[in-house]
Amino acid sequence: MMKTQLTIAPILFHWSAEQKLDFYARIADEAPIDVVYLGEVICSKRTPFFEKHYGEVAERLTRAGKTVVFSTLAEVMLKRERNMIARFCDLEDYELEVNDSSALWHLEKKPYRIGSLMNVYNEDTMAYLVGKGATHFSLPPELPHNSIAILAARAKELGVTIEVQVFGRVSLALSARCYHARAHGRIKDNCQFVCEEDFDGMPLNTLEKEEFLTINGIQTLSHTYLNLLGELDDMKNMGVTHFRLAPHTQDMVAVAKIFREALDTTASVKESSEKLATLGIPAPLSNGFWHGRPGHQWVDQIC
Amino acid sequence: MNRPELVCPAGTPSAMRTAVDAGADAVYCGFQNATNARNFPGLNFTVPELERSVAHAHAGGTKVLLAVNTFPPAGKVNLWKEAVDTGARLGIDAFIVADIGVAAYIHKNHPDIRLHLSVQAAASTPEAIKFYCREFNVKRVVLPRIMTVSEIKTMASEIPCEIETFIFGNHGLMVEGRCSLTNYITGLSTNMDGVCSPAAQVQYVKDDVGNLSTKLGDFTIDCFSCDENAGYPTICKGRYLTPAHDGAYYAFEEPISLNLSSLLPDLMAAGVTALKIEGRQRSRAYVKSVVTAYRKAVDSIMDGRNPQISDLLALTEGQKETQGAFKSKTWR
Repeated sequence: MMKTQLTIAPILFHWSAEQKLDFYARIADEAPIDVVYLGEVICSKRTPFFEKHYGEVAERLTRAGKTVVFSTLAEVMLKRERNMIARFCDLEDYELEVNDSSALWHLEKKPYRIGSLMNVYNEDTMAYLVGKGATHFSLPPELPHNSIAILAARAKELGVTIEVQVFGRVSLALSARCYHARAHGRIKDNCQFVCEEDFDGMPLNTLEKEEFLTINGIQTLSHTYLNLLGELDDMKNMGVTHFRLAPHTQDMVAVAKIFREALDTTASVKESSEKLATLGIPAPLSNGFWHGRPGHQWVDQIC
Repeated sequence: MNRPELVCPAGTPSAMRTAVDAGADAVYCGFQNATNARNFPGLNFTVPELERSVAHAHAGGTKVLLAVNTFPPAGKVNLWKEAVDTGARLGIDAFIVADIGVAAYIHKNHPDIRLHLSVQAAASTPEAIKFYCREFNVKRVVLPRIMTVSEIKTMASEIPCEIETFIFGNHGLMVEGRCSLTNYITGLSTNMDGVCSPAAQVQYVKDDVGNLSTKLGDFTIDCFSCDENAGYPTICKGRYLTPAHDGAYYAFEEPISLNLSSLLPDLMAAGVTALKIEGRQRSRAYVKSVVTAYRKAVDSIMDGRNPQISDLLALTEGQKETQGAFKSKTWR
């Protein structure tokens, strides 16, 4: 069996270039991470702020022994965005993770990974895309465990690998409208990058002041943080090979170490969960989707 | 200018008859299960119902499009294949699909039946659409409701298939096929179960002074004072609080319906092949009024006259209407 791989998803929020550089420097130097996904996935308006740094960051991560993969924009509409996708698809030195079907047009017969914002829900879709060059699948977070088990088994037959998000806020919806701009009385075209104020997203609460959802530009995420520490064993047994952490402002090096220990079973689920609880995660944890329950819920595992 | 096809909702056999009789060029419908994106109780067709309905529609010269446009989760794919095979046997005129696996199955097993790419596939660029055309011989794409008319016009010149756009009805704010808000709150998935804000988990709760809260699952989606009409609690049409905004606000969109009647000539000139009316969950009266109004409007534009659109405001959600993303980029 291949050694389980710990991966770090693209930064979904609009962090400053300095924040991102610091973040990736720590990941390179300190985190037991195997694969790092780079790139702006949510809003093409944000790309100029970090574009010039990708080369240096990718090189540094590669030198630190990490596999670097570039993730493509999840919603492609404008000419500028279409050109971006075309350029990405020509990348020679790094692998590509595809988050929108636009890229599939360019990538005929060239190997690529499928991102979790693409709709791969079943074994037929997976097999078809493998025939078109897909080598790796990061699954949609709303899939329940019984479907993931079938996909993992089929992936093994097809000779491809499977990735499931195990930590962090979960992407729930995409729109053409920017809800960050809307909250500030603006529109997408003159947003003035108000999203840069919310490092882990903008909270959206119900009228009864209950914490509900999180806004990140055109994206809506969960308020809760996904935590599948208790499900890692099941996932490994079904053949999930890659375990994805979503970047937040919490200490992601510590999060990576906790998940690495849990995957290596050098720490019990209980010990790992207790360590995670000391990191100051600002929201309840959830694992409902995995168990076929409402995604915001926490289902206690029988230990 | 080619005469566009008017594509009308058929949530039930009687709604289909109504649409056919009101002049629909095509109707779209689904089976009573998770294989279509309007899997609501009391809606959709049994196999014998669809068989009879196809005969009636074809007798009236109306095409029947079968929506098999959800995403089968691994382990349940056969239900979608059965829906496809049954539809083919009953002589439907086209399949509306979103999932790549389902599209591949139809392309392989029923290559002679037209394939339409559902709005749920969220194909928003010429490249995405060309991918589906190349792989599955897709004949028509239903565009996501996120583009302006001028963007649609450019699109039409760049793709090898027909374009269908929504012109009237419910106006979801999230990109179709890319929203799991309902599953996050209720445990039922829009993509996998064909459900959005399931009625079984909706509650209307009245407080002491007559305010009415609408809830979905455990969460309050909106609250209405006694002089307001309470809307149905759809997550993307609710009112919420956030520190950046003063007081409660519609964080995504207010309850409102799409109505593109005044953009109709522009859409037709932009090269749109088919005009779609949303509302398989709506009543026969709704279908009759909307289809009749749009039938007249399309016909008068084709005859070079100014379209007279009857007032449809009463049929819209919250009695409010919008041109959504179609009119201008400021919507975004």
